[in-house]
Amino acid sequence: MLAGVNLTVAPGERVGLSAPSGRGKTTLCRLLAGYDQPDRGTVALDGRPLSAYKGACPVQMIWQHPEGAVDPLIPLGRTLAEGRPAEERLLAALDIAPAWLERYPAELSGGELQRICIARALGPQTCFLLCDEITAMLDPITQAQIWRFLLEETARRRLGLLVVSHSRPLLERVCTRIEHLPAPTR
Amino acid sequence: MRVWNRRQAALVFFALASAVLLAVALCGPLLAGRAAETDFSRKNLPPCLAYPFGTDWLGRDMLARTLAGLSLSIRLGGLTAGVSALAALTLGTAAALWRRADCAVSWLIDLVMGIPHILLVMLIALAWGRGFAGVTAGVALSHWPVLARVIRGEILQLRQAPYFLAAEKLGVSWGQMMRNHLLPHMLPQFFVGLVLLFPHAILHEASITFLGFGLPPEQPAIGMILSESMGYLAAGRWWLALFPGGALVLVVLLFAGVGERLRRLLDPASIHE
Repeated sequence: MLAGVNLTVAPGERVGLSAPSGRGKTTLCRLLAGYDQPDRGTVALDGRPLSAYKGACPVQMIWQHPEGAVDPLIPLGRTLAEGRPAEERLLAALDIAPAWLERYPAELSGGELQRICIARALGPQTCFLLCDEITAMLDPITQAQIWRFLLEETARRRLGLLVVSHSRPLLERVCTRIEHLPAPTR
Repeated sequence: MRVWNRRQAALVFFALASAVLLAVALCGPLLAGRAAETDFSRKNLPPCLAYPFGTDWLGRDMLARTLAGLSLSIRLGGLTAGVSALAALTLGTAAALWRRADCAVSWLIDLVMGIPHILLVMLIALAWGRGFAGVTAGVALSHWPVLARVIRGEILQLRQAPYFLAAEKLGVSWGQMMRNHLLPHMLPQFFVGLVLLFPHAILHEASITFLGFGLPPEQPAIGMILSESMGYLAAGRWWLALFPGGALVLVVLLFAGVGERLRRLLDPASIHE
């Protein structure tokens, strides 16, 4: 599926990734974030294989569907604490109300959950952030707020960003470089 | 009048049903003397005010016998359901976490589920020497596979859930993963499974006692009462079978209701009900 794909993201760089549905964008993200292991080839960070990093992974992925990415049975405060951010500044910048943290995921909307997922992924160890269609199901205002925050935050911390989206205008607005996933050669 | 929402109604039903079941379980030992008391001056009485469930051919009070039998059933059900559920938890967890254990446990589950249920209970009870120990062993050793499968499946599914994978990638320790994600998902399944094992255990105990492979005749078990009353049904003594049988069905329904309400109460999505 992803044979011959070669992708490099430098710190501070914002790379857009576009491809038709079913081409393997999400699979590539899962490989890059270490959720899956490639059959052949390597995923490396600073020359070291990603799997060699112990503890919190420096490459964090934000999922397309936040409803699935938070545990439905525990309050969101505990979910958020897993990423050890809890920086007041981060919560304020993402407009996360303190009251949300006592609630369960079923009591918040998709956009509110996605903000919490983003805050969770921005722990102190994070160097690269993979955004897999993270705003596809949000309203335009929330989309704009989230992307403005991400641009500021990546600039401040010199994070590398990989943005997966079907929306060409979004990629052109947000990214410094746009890559297209090639069709499988077979 | 105050209107309860569904969650409060479930809570009230849960509390009342649990209290009734506990009371029945506790009154058994207190009524043991009365249940065994024979008095030929009052034999074969149909239901009346003094003896609401009637009396049998030895003049024994059927209400006391029924309660004592139910109490025995509930205590035996508790013991067997507890043993079964613990076995299911251990084996199900082991199967979900180690591939080698999975082969062995899955094979064992298929083996136990492949044999007709009632036959297996009878065989184990016979091999164990009948009586209380035999019935306990028979029911306990044959009821764990269903729950073990549920637990295994639940853990396997949980380990693939995005929030579980995300927590792993955030470097959360194993102990915390257990506490934050595994236990909150497993415990409700486990407790509901445990409570729902009760009615099965009670019915199977009664069945094999009825068939003569279970508890000895001197025990006032429901299965024994029903099996003895068969001979008197043709003589028109309907109360000997109707009331104990009905009471058994009622206890089973109460347990099933308790399990169902427990499931509803433990599920946070039901907060909105």
